[in-house]
Amino acid sequence: MGNRITIDPITRIEGHLRIEVEVEGGKVKDAWSSGQMFRGIEIILQGRDPRDAQHFVQRSCGVCTYTHALASVRAVEAAVNVTIPPNARLIRNLLHGAQFQHDHLVHFYHLHALDWVDIVSALKADPAKTAALADNVSNASVGGTAYYKSVQQRLQTFVDSGQLGPFSNAYWGHPAYKLPAEANLMAAAHYIEALKLQARTARMHAVFGAKNPHLQSLVVGGVTCVKDLTPDRIAEFLYLWKETQEFVNNVYVPDLLAVASFYKDWGGIGGTTNFLAYGDLPASEKEPESLYMPRGVVFKRDLAKVGDVNQEKITESVIHSWYEEGSPKHPYKGETKPKHGDYNTAGKYSWLKAPRYEGESCEVGPLARVLVAYGKGHPEIKKLVDDTVKKLDIPVTALFSTLGRTAARALETVAIGNAMEGWVNELVTNIKNGDTKTYTAWQMPEKGMGYGLNDVARGALGHWIEIENKKIKNYQYVVPSTWNLGPRCEKGKKGPVEEALIGTPIADPQKPLEVLRTVHSFDPCIACAVHVIDPQSNQVYKIRVV
Amino acid sequence: MEKEKEFYDRLEQRGVSRRDFMKYCTFLTATMGLSSSFVPKVAEVFAAPKQRPPVVWLHFGECTGCSEALLRTRYPYIDDLVLEVLSIEYHETIMAAAGHQAEEQLHSAIKKYEGKFICVVEGAVATKFDGAYGKIGGKTFLQIAKDVCPKAAAVIAIGTCASYGGVQAASPNPGGYKGVGEAIGIKTLNIPGCPPNPVNFVGTVVNYLLLGKLPDLDNLGRPMFAYGQTIHDQCPRRSHFENNEFVLEFGSKEAQMGYCLYKMGCRGPETYNNCPLVKFNDGTSWPVEAGHPCLGCSEPNFWDKMSPFYQEM
Repeated sequence: MGNRITIDPITRIEGHLRIEVEVEGGKVKDAWSSGQMFRGIEIILQGRDPRDAQHFVQRSCGVCTYTHALASVRAVEAAVNVTIPPNARLIRNLLHGAQFQHDHLVHFYHLHALDWVDIVSALKADPAKTAALADNVSNASVGGTAYYKSVQQRLQTFVDSGQLGPFSNAYWGHPAYKLPAEANLMAAAHYIEALKLQARTARMHAVFGAKNPHLQSLVVGGVTCVKDLTPDRIAEFLYLWKETQEFVNNVYVPDLLAVASFYKDWGGIGGTTNFLAYGDLPASEKEPESLYMPRGVVFKRDLAKVGDVNQEKITESVIHSWYEEGSPKHPYKGETKPKHGDYNTAGKYSWLKAPRYEGESCEVGPLARVLVAYGKGHPEIKKLVDDTVKKLDIPVTALFSTLGRTAARALETVAIGNAMEGWVNELVTNIKNGDTKTYTAWQMPEKGMGYGLNDVARGALGHWIEIENKKIKNYQYVVPSTWNLGPRCEKGKKGPVEEALIGTPIADPQKPLEVLRTVHSFDPCIACAVHVIDPQSNQVYKIRVV
Repeated sequence: MEKEKEFYDRLEQRGVSRRDFMKYCTFLTATMGLSSSFVPKVAEVFAAPKQRPPVVWLHFGECTGCSEALLRTRYPYIDDLVLEVLSIEYHETIMAAAGHQAEEQLHSAIKKYEGKFICVVEGAVATKFDGAYGKIGGKTFLQIAKDVCPKAAAVIAIGTCASYGGVQAASPNPGGYKGVGEAIGIKTLNIPGCPPNPVNFVGTVVNYLLLGKLPDLDNLGRPMFAYGQTIHDQCPRRSHFENNEFVLEFGSKEAQMGYCLYKMGCRGPETYNNCPLVKFNDGTSWPVEAGHPCLGCSEPNFWDKMSPFYQEM
């Protein structure tokens, strides 16, 4: 029996997550992932107007905001059988693309970088050498000795103030940090640049979506931002897009390559076995054929065989989750009877359920999408992947890892960001030709069922709705972090993050930095993964009579 | 003087012109309802306070949208706010420490700054089964709130969840979620909104740093400067309302002409907030401008009171 290490709270994520690992001989031997909060949004939805669902479910997450609203309106559109006009599809794609750009940038620099970058070490760097290094690896528009000197001075003033704020008490000086001081200073400077940039990147959402977080321009049938389809608004969007994409190409990707070159051993740590992608970003109403990021499933890392996805094969298991016993069920039949109890890794230990595809635990997210696209021969993704592994001098199989997951996130940001330009052009062409249609009228049926599948920054997202008497009878969603961070299922198969942690080297059990690296590489989003119902008040909401 | 010059040099280096910065200070001063003579003093607050006021930011039942909203603030950009204006002692979304080191950081900050720190709460508190539905480090949200909030100089509830319970408190409220003030029986300054405009948070903090006190509040604990008037009273589409010019279907000619959204379910007349004036994301837009009715997201219990959202009030 090895030592148990508990990390609670896992910080630099969304939501409340507890990770426990058992360490033996300096390596992780076993791992448990536990969601620590329960909110109840699915039961809250029962009996409400299906059109309202998007606003409730969007509040599942304010980080990957928008994605649930999109999945929800798609599910309702399927249930009421309405096809949206091309302009609405393009605007939704643009908002979705902007979400990828924003989410991945923030994840790399603000939620993940401090696992690889020692901020304190940056104080010892020589600014002139940092400038030379930065010139060598990146095409950042800011740089030079004076710039790095001023950043270092700013950090020094901050440290000298004695108020270290968010940088207090971390794992600084840990032996697993490998970057030279100069690279740490470069990364620290870009951390600050990215903080500023993300505020502008998020403005893309406000242009066609009113605000960020929690956009407010989607409706079942289309979008409402018809008055924003003007040359100045489109130019504003394009300007923000261009500024972001330049940063992605000139700073984010070069930083990723620079940092990764010091951590190549992480190409053999943190891998999983099966991968699932719903795909997204449709070029027409024909799905899945027209999706820019393709749909598919990969079992046992076999990229030569990318299987089709059938949503009927999805089930959720609750045997190790704080719910009453029941057999694994498809979301349409999903039932959730919470039973809060003790934390017991041999029994129940999480509020998250355990989703399975054909009974298998699957990783979802950037790596799954990139692997499916690569396996299917997607030209842009294939080129990006091949160039990257060549530059890093690693085999393609090194992608099945924490390093691969982090690299895939950057690569798809490039690809999706580039595709956005085409959607803007298409939108402009339509408007030029007099097509300003953004909405298709529809009628609420007495009954209906539908689902909406998305692939969002964190992975495969599905919403399922059943309508009866024009109200929501049942609403279930299975989200990326439930797939990635869920517990074991009734067959004892581990969830992806539990699987990925096995074998991770631990230099200092008091400071399990290496565990954070793999957990953060999944970009956990836990509030969204726990959203289920309460048994003791299992009553249906009474609609307000106006 | 020297300090001021240094400050403007620093700003310019970060791509913010002095002119833009003063424009923002004027805007913020006006938003806060102060006379223009306060503009230079507001600018001073951002320049360089000697001891940055410590902030402990707690996350309970929420989606992190309020933190995200604050990350989109401009002048000060969030890096200035974090590195130069405030001292964020604990904030789970951005802090480097994790696990027991994070917990230590929370406890040492509370001890060191007892009675002096600003406690910002994001998210609602689960109360059913003694708070069993939400835990951090094995302690319930309820225990943590009871332990930390009374030791603060002031408790700011950011967002509708911390203020009034928010989405998880919507009927039938499965987890027994409540706003933090109600859950532990204290008075909080509330900055509701889903999410709130970061300008309203920054305005509140600047007010505190500038005048040494919190701004005037209405009977729901909201700063009057931000929540003193209804959306409807400030709405640029108001003349269409007066002229009986309404949108009756999305995508219609009337929608293209920017008519009033009242009949599509707009809750502007019942909602107190400064959205039409301040707008979101550096003044880019707000829901009515994007053609979507207001949901009333800064009002207590709006998820039940204002829904179904697409039905005329």
